Amino acid sequence: MTTSAPALEKAAQTAAARPRRIRLGPIVLQSHLALTFIFLYAPILILVIFSFNAARQQTVWTGFTFDWYAQMVQDAKAINAAKNSAIIAVISTAVSTVIGTLTALALDRYRFRGRTAFEGAMYLPIIVPEIVMAIALLVFFNFGFGLLEQWTKIQLNFGLGTITVAHIAFSFPFVAVVVRARLADFDRRLEEAAKDLGANEWQTFRRVTLPLLMPGILAGALLAFTLSIDDFVITFFTAGVGSTTLPLEIYGRVRRGVTPEVNAISTVLLVASIALVLSSTLLQRKR
Amino acid sequence: MAIADRVEAPAEEPGGLPARLLRAIRTRTGLQLGGLLGPGAFWLIVFFLLPLAVVFAYSFATRGAYGTIKWTLTLENYRQFADWLYVKVFLFSLLIAVLTTVICLVIGYPFAYVMSRAPRRWRNGLLILVMVPFWTNFLVRTYAIMLLLRSEGLINSFLRSIGLIDQPLNLLYTPGAVVLGLVYGYLPFMILPLYASIEKFDFSLVEAAQDLGASTRRVFLRVMLPLTMPGVVAGSILVFIPTVGAFVTPDLLGGGKVVMIGNLIQQQFLTARHWPFGSAISFVLMAIVLASTLIYFRSGGERTV
Amino acid sequence: MARQHTQLLVRAWLHGSISRRELIRRLALAGMSMPAIAALLAACGGSSAESQPSPTGSDQGSGGTVGTATSEEEASTLNVTMPDYIDRSKLSSELHLYNWSEYLSPDVPNAFEAAYGVRVIEDTYASNEDLLAKLQGGASGYDVIVPSDYMVGVMIQLGMLEPLDTEIIQSFANIDPANLGAYYDPDNTYSMPYLWGTTGVLYDVNLLGEELDSWEPVFHPSSEVQGKLVMLDDQREVIGAALMSLGYSVNETSDEALQKAKAVLMEQKPYVTAYSSQNNDDMMLGGEAVMAHMWTGDALLTADQKEGLKYFLPKEGAVIWQDNLAVPKGAPNLYTAMAFIDFMNLPEVAAANANFVWYASPNKAARDQGLIEDWILNNPAVYPSEEVINRLQWIEDVGDDISKYDRIWTEFKTA
Repeated sequence: MTTSAPALEKAAQTAAARPRRIRLGPIVLQSHLALTFIFLYAPILILVIFSFNAARQQTVWTGFTFDWYAQMVQDAKAINAAKNSAIIAVISTAVSTVIGTLTALALDRYRFRGRTAFEGAMYLPIIVPEIVMAIALLVFFNFGFGLLEQWTKIQLNFGLGTITVAHIAFSFPFVAVVVRARLADFDRRLEEAAKDLGANEWQTFRRVTLPLLMPGILAGALLAFTLSIDDFVITFFTAGVGSTTLPLEIYGRVRRGVTPEVNAISTVLLVASIALVLSSTLLQRKR
Repeated sequence: MAIADRVEAPAEEPGGLPARLLRAIRTRTGLQLGGLLGPGAFWLIVFFLLPLAVVFAYSFATRGAYGTIKWTLTLENYRQFADWLYVKVFLFSLLIAVLTTVICLVIGYPFAYVMSRAPRRWRNGLLILVMVPFWTNFLVRTYAIMLLLRSEGLINSFLRSIGLIDQPLNLLYTPGAVVLGLVYGYLPFMILPLYASIEKFDFSLVEAAQDLGASTRRVFLRVMLPLTMPGVVAGSILVFIPTVGAFVTPDLLGGGKVVMIGNLIQQQFLTARHWPFGSAISFVLMAIVLASTLIYFRSGGERTV
Repeated sequence: MARQHTQLLVRAWLHGSISRRELIRRLALAGMSMPAIAALLAACGGSSAESQPSPTGSDQGSGGTVGTATSEEEASTLNVTMPDYIDRSKLSSELHLYNWSEYLSPDVPNAFEAAYGVRVIEDTYASNEDLLAKLQGGASGYDVIVPSDYMVGVMIQLGMLEPLDTEIIQSFANIDPANLGAYYDPDNTYSMPYLWGTTGVLYDVNLLGEELDSWEPVFHPSSEVQGKLVMLDDQREVIGAALMSLGYSVNETSDEALQKAKAVLMEQKPYVTAYSSQNNDDMMLGGEAVMAHMWTGDALLTADQKEGLKYFLPKEGAVIWQDNLAVPKGAPNLYTAMAFIDFMNLPEVAAANANFVWYASPNKAARDQGLIEDWILNNPAVYPSEEVINRLQWIEDVGDDISKYDRIWTEFKTA
């Protein structure tokens, strides 16, 4: 920066003291927001529309019908798969977010021997090709369960548990990366101020650090959730008998042709998510 | 920038590693660090590094008949990868990944900026709205994109109906379609970290700089961008890395004609049943990507002003 | 063709061999819109279709009949003559089936449960390679799997299968001897044929104006086909097709032959719209492609939804494949697994599956008893004549030479 730091600081203080109106920004930026949302939602719109398509294939529109929804409701396999996906996603997100945040804090604030190695190792789950991690976990779990049974007679099986463990393993580094971006340039003076005022470590963390980190943590959690709910390769290889998830169920159908019933399932999930978001936003407004 | 709380682990202490470790843990900061790092370290080591070590070992093994592992140790798999045929695919994948990352950055940064400036109670909602499309099934989404792009699809039909073109444009089954699909799929991975970083940016600095006479461009390049660099770096990493290894998108949107390193690896593990070669390719990929990531991160992400 | 099919379906429904729900499903699969189906049902049948007991051969040895459905809401509409040689005390409460998606009539698990009290839990996979990788990595818990021909061979070599117990699987006798003794399991020690089919070419005969019978127009496409051609995304199938078009066997491994095949594929590449094993049917239906390298089942389904599509098996050679039932080593419910395979070979069950999946059934008894729908039986795409079958070839595992194929595939795809 060529503007000198002290001058900038002083000017910032003056600017901060001025009452400010928050605007969204000039028209160009606002339309960029709109266009990007259109870009993100265009395929979704098509997906939803075609869930009402009378024909079986995804290419031509032949007529309007609710029957794929009717079929979906009776599709016990798909419903069971959706249920499994939801359970796994919720648990995986919760645990990943906690672990990811803790790890981010550790890496950001402490310097210790082997820190670089640890950082590098933490990027590996993001880098590793999915099939490699999938096969690695498959072989490892199998070997581990065998040993466990030999030593302790406890028999563990592949199933929702192994899937969830795998999901956490590849999700928490993503959370850590996002939270770390938030932590960089974190203004420690607020924490120091709180401590000077008599707050202990935990109170400082809870009332100062955490709220400031929250947008980052939320972003990380959303990422973890999205990663879990749509994962196929790793889930396929770590699943057990009867622990099908939605992506597994849908990918399996691809060989014989995917019907618009899958669109119907996706639409329902979509509507449910948006409803959830809207209701929580409205609730927040009331506070 | 306060750099309190940066703790150096004891350097020259007698007693060897275990004693040092114990001593480090016994201090209060040691306990803190242990608590913070523990869960992550545990999960990483037990459920990731150990399994990965097995596959790493595979890369030195030989392919047995019918695709089993024969433990004759060799470097043959790595040597096989040094062939131009495979290196070509690797470089091509890097190119696609870089392109995707740049496009995501260009689209994502202004987007995250506007999101950060939105009224506070909208922000979380906007954030979630960005992710919601990705809670539909990946396959169905990709099919929808194909519907838009195919020669009898929506875009072409629209352009023909308004007379802009005669023959349908060849949009689908091209590298361009693959990049489009990847950009679409990974945009949130760019937006989220960017948002996390930009949201805490102090906009009064912008106004201050403008008061001091700087132009908008200068303000952006000299004030905003450097201070939001951690977000840029994080976003780039989260887009670039998975994109290099993508395989479903090139398969579907590329019509099987766009081969990326992810397809090759998939091919080795499944069709060719050559786990050792697949492992070797994967580890070369990981090593290169990891090295470049660490370099990138060190140069842009560490803020020590 | 489509109207005939509709008539047959309606007749089958009125006759009671399929339920109303099944009828609606089939008509929808054939591309009929929902309003049209509703109108058809209203015109033909009245409100509820009581399934009358189908006249299957009810005197097949002793044993009672099972599950005569009274309403279409009832779980089983299968009228199966149960065997009496199954020791029910040895059956477990669950059976874990690992199968392709939509590859088992939904009536079958219900009938199995009704008959034996065993719950069938089915998981799916989408390729033989996925199945192998998963089992090789050690995960199991599955009792019955459905590998394709060459994969059975591989698994036998790797010692991954349990021998079938012919004392339990006495319905073996129902299988057509022509389908037994395949190269990969000459004595059928480990596998039982389930469904079989071919890989050929589907094309729009109206657009092309002539009937085709050779690989020539596929590898040297005419101007109408250029840019509207889709091939499978499968190493062995595509390289194999090139080899066969040159007169070689589909399992040829000599370098000279493979290089020639590669040259053929390189020549064809500019005219190929896409290599896809999943979307080839969509592309044919949407008009994006007028010629497609395709498996029988997909071809049948696609041809049923659009007029003028024909399927043929090139005279130089085409692939025949067969999916089989097998039991992986270490299956937790061994006896039940064998009982299930026996159940699957009962004529009514085999017919139910064949009528659901539209692939060819190796179950001679089912065919002879007229349980399989006529329009499938009479379709040469599904049941080719003996003369045609003789020139079909099996894709065999080529051992280590798969690396040669893999390399050629990578070279030609990245060129």
